[in-house]
Amino acid sequence: MIVNEKIAIDHGLKKDEYKKICELLKRTPNMTELGIFSAMWNEHCSYKSSRLHLKKLPTKGKQVIQGPGENAGVIDIGDNDAIVFKIESHNHPSFIEPYQGAATGVGGIMRDVFTMGARPIANLNSIHFGSSQHKKTKNLLRGVVHGIGGYGNCMGVPTIAGQTSFDSSYNGNILVNAMTLGLVKKDKIFYSKAAGLNKPVIYVGSKTGRDGIHGASMASASFDDKIEEKKPTVQVGDPFTEKLLLEACLELMEGDSIIAIQDMGAAGLTSSSIEMASKGNLGIEINLNKVPCRETKMTPYEIMLSESQERMLIVLENGKEEQAKKIFDKWNLDFAVIGKTTKSKKIELFFDSEKVADIPVNTLVENSPMYDRKWKKAKLPKKNKINKDDINNLKIIQVLKKILANPNICSKEWIWQQYDHTVMGDTIQKPGGDSGVVRVHGSNKAVAASVDSSAVYCWAHPLTGGKQVVCESFRNLVSVGAKPIAITNCLNFGSPENEENMGEFVECVQGIGEASSYLKFPVVSGNVSFYNQTKDQGIKPTPSIGGVGLINDYTKMITMDFKEVDNVVLVIGKTEGHIDQSLFARVILDEKNGPPPEINLFNEKNNGETVLKLIDSNFIKSAHDISLGGIITAVSKMCIKGNKGINLKKPKYLISEIEYFFAEDQGRYIVEISKKDQKKVIDILNKNAVHYDDLGTINENMLFLNEKTKVTIDELKGFNTKWLKEYMRN
Amino acid sequence: MRSAVITFPGSNCDRDMDVALKKFGFKNKMVWHQDVELPKSDLVVLPGGFSYGDYLRCGSMASKSKIMQSVINFANSGGLVMGICNGFQILVETGLVPGVLLRNKYLEFICKNVFVKISDKDSAYFKNIKNDVLELHIAHNEGNYFCTNDQLKEIEDNAQVAINYCNNEGKIEKSFNPNGSIKNIAGIFNKEKNVLGMMPHPERMIDSSLSGEDGSLFFKNLINNIK
Repeated sequence: MIVNEKIAIDHGLKKDEYKKICELLKRTPNMTELGIFSAMWNEHCSYKSSRLHLKKLPTKGKQVIQGPGENAGVIDIGDNDAIVFKIESHNHPSFIEPYQGAATGVGGIMRDVFTMGARPIANLNSIHFGSSQHKKTKNLLRGVVHGIGGYGNCMGVPTIAGQTSFDSSYNGNILVNAMTLGLVKKDKIFYSKAAGLNKPVIYVGSKTGRDGIHGASMASASFDDKIEEKKPTVQVGDPFTEKLLLEACLELMEGDSIIAIQDMGAAGLTSSSIEMASKGNLGIEINLNKVPCRETKMTPYEIMLSESQERMLIVLENGKEEQAKKIFDKWNLDFAVIGKTTKSKKIELFFDSEKVADIPVNTLVENSPMYDRKWKKAKLPKKNKINKDDINNLKIIQVLKKILANPNICSKEWIWQQYDHTVMGDTIQKPGGDSGVVRVHGSNKAVAASVDSSAVYCWAHPLTGGKQVVCESFRNLVSVGAKPIAITNCLNFGSPENEENMGEFVECVQGIGEASSYLKFPVVSGNVSFYNQTKDQGIKPTPSIGGVGLINDYTKMITMDFKEVDNVVLVIGKTEGHIDQSLFARVILDEKNGPPPEINLFNEKNNGETVLKLIDSNFIKSAHDISLGGIITAVSKMCIKGNKGINLKKPKYLISEIEYFFAEDQGRYIVEISKKDQKKVIDILNKNAVHYDDLGTINENMLFLNEKTKVTIDELKGFNTKWLKEYMRN
Repeated sequence: MRSAVITFPGSNCDRDMDVALKKFGFKNKMVWHQDVELPKSDLVVLPGGFSYGDYLRCGSMASKSKIMQSVINFANSGGLVMGICNGFQILVETGLVPGVLLRNKYLEFICKNVFVKISDKDSAYFKNIKNDVLELHIAHNEGNYFCTNDQLKEIEDNAQVAINYCNNEGKIEKSFNPNGSIKNIAGIFNKEKNVLGMMPHPERMIDSSLSGEDGSLFFKNLINNIK
């Protein structure tokens, strides 16, 4: 078939992009070459709309070994140990085929981590669905949860934390973001930069099939009515093969035969070979007849664009082929020398003794399009119509019950009980806490990780929302006693071609940048997912932040369950009564206007660091950050988890009880301390200029405000735990 | 005391079991599924995981792998063989223990702490153990133990039931059954009680920082019984 502009447009390329390809090549590309360009130049692989803005993020820090640009970010956690981590989206395929979409998302992110030589030690995920009333939600949720579990459980990597939300803006575009942490020795990190001439290029893992062709292009476009027809673009996962691939790769990595290694993820063999060549400033020559294929008569075009899973590309030292092959034979995996590095700086493909593609690498990478998309500054939030007198007449306990049973607050046990969260024998904080925590095997250290997003805040005011998510991640790590080190981000937005959506992106990124820079919490890896959009309807802007922190002595880890009757409970941080955009305003008052709570970065940092000091001095018995649902929701969860009650008292502020208990002001924590330490703790708080309120004391089993306002913890637990299970099993 | 843990392709609790056995004093060796002979051992463990991906019936491929003939011979000669989770599934596929393991009720993977009551303290595994109830951890998709009425009668007549799901007080009731297994069965022996298959993972409960420490009780008791 002769390539023309129409075919190029069918491949998702724009008119001028096609023109540019012809200019760069000084000729018309053939079909295989066009396929390669379309795979490399789509939004998913080229970051053409986001690159300009991502450059502004802070990516350096004392503990950063590798920032964005590699398969994953790497941070130093001392003693020659390093943590490799990244979050990635698999939104589009998960909506089309929830089980395989989610499963291969998990598989893909684990490969990104073990490609770098790290054994995966923890998985996390952030998943977002449409309204619980929407007809597709239940099946999508079930499929995604089964898919995540199906892959992660089989790999034997614990899924230690996550986040699930429901919002009608995801009715037509769900989000599935998967994150993996791996552990590696600092001097055994592997990179994707090829080096040296005439080095063998090796293909290992599964055979190549016709699945997932154009997957990355599909993920770079909005959905329409015919989206179901895209099912063949969804990859099919085989976690068993990936487990073998993991063990085989790590075994090979014990030696010194690997020069560069890269997993075949989005755009498969195309992007992996081109990235390795590009980073090494080399050329690569591949004989496509040597690629192990699962199906007969696959064309060069199909082989290059397949997104079959569980495959890796390796540049090996000369003469190490036999030794390497033995390892892959042992694990029953394909191993094929398919090409070599060259000095041509071109990607040259051969098939049936014919040259089927000949493209200078720089045209695909450095010359790929980059757009400074038009964007609109977000409008200032509208004023809300909340009548203070009305809300003060509401009954606190009634409101609390409704909020605890709300899909966005309720216990997600139904989900995380389907994930193996204890395999590897080092999980010391399970899902359901502020962060998941795993020990660094055989040491006293532990790594904490959490994943957060606050789409409603980002939607109401993207700049503030962007800052807030980073701060929430910081707080979730602090709450378990971990020192926050770095983040990875997954930026889920609508179409960048829409000025409002692009504006949301630009301002959220700015907010993320400001907060992570102030908190010294740099971004070391991440991914952008645009076009989460069906026709004209985009999702709420949803940047997911995956935060990683370190606990030097794991016996000092903190959990959120209340520990002991008569202990004192404090609120750290000031409550101003910010109700706008709170869960309370949206769920109870049905009020969607108003700004999100403001972020004071000084207070965030100061409050967080002071809580860490208190933890380090062994004063804190339990801790929990205050987020959705405010103080009373946070404290209820601590009661439910610890099977204890609390005698609450509201400090004598000007704001009402309802405002005090349900406001979502930022930078706050709830901590439990013993009475005997109270004076010392308060001294430390005062010395560090940290505001605190005395919230009450712990009792046996009752949340108690006054004679009329009380409820047993068992009753609250019922409201909190029932909803999801009943929703899914009915 | 010497132990051996078999690694099948897809095993993923083999390292955890190795760590646990060593912690309580076993000299453990890892054995590859394609090996033919077992090292000299007082205990052989088939660990949890997804052997061969479990794409066919769970455990069925592994039950036919090279090393298994030696494991079966070892069991038939009275050697202690313990299968945990996927290891239990492999044991039922070899026929060393009776019954089958179906998919969990609700067709969902379950990962959580459970209580089990020790039903029989006659074996090397549970003899002398002080507790009647252990808190252990399960993580499986196919743990719904099932057998025919005739088999059940035989199992019960021979006191082959090792542990049953229960509450923290040892009450065995349907509501404490996580996966729908017949009679709340969580683990069973062969007739001679040298082979034990069970769904719970004691190796995940060996440290107060983990889900609990009742796994430690199990291993300490086990090594003392073997000595």
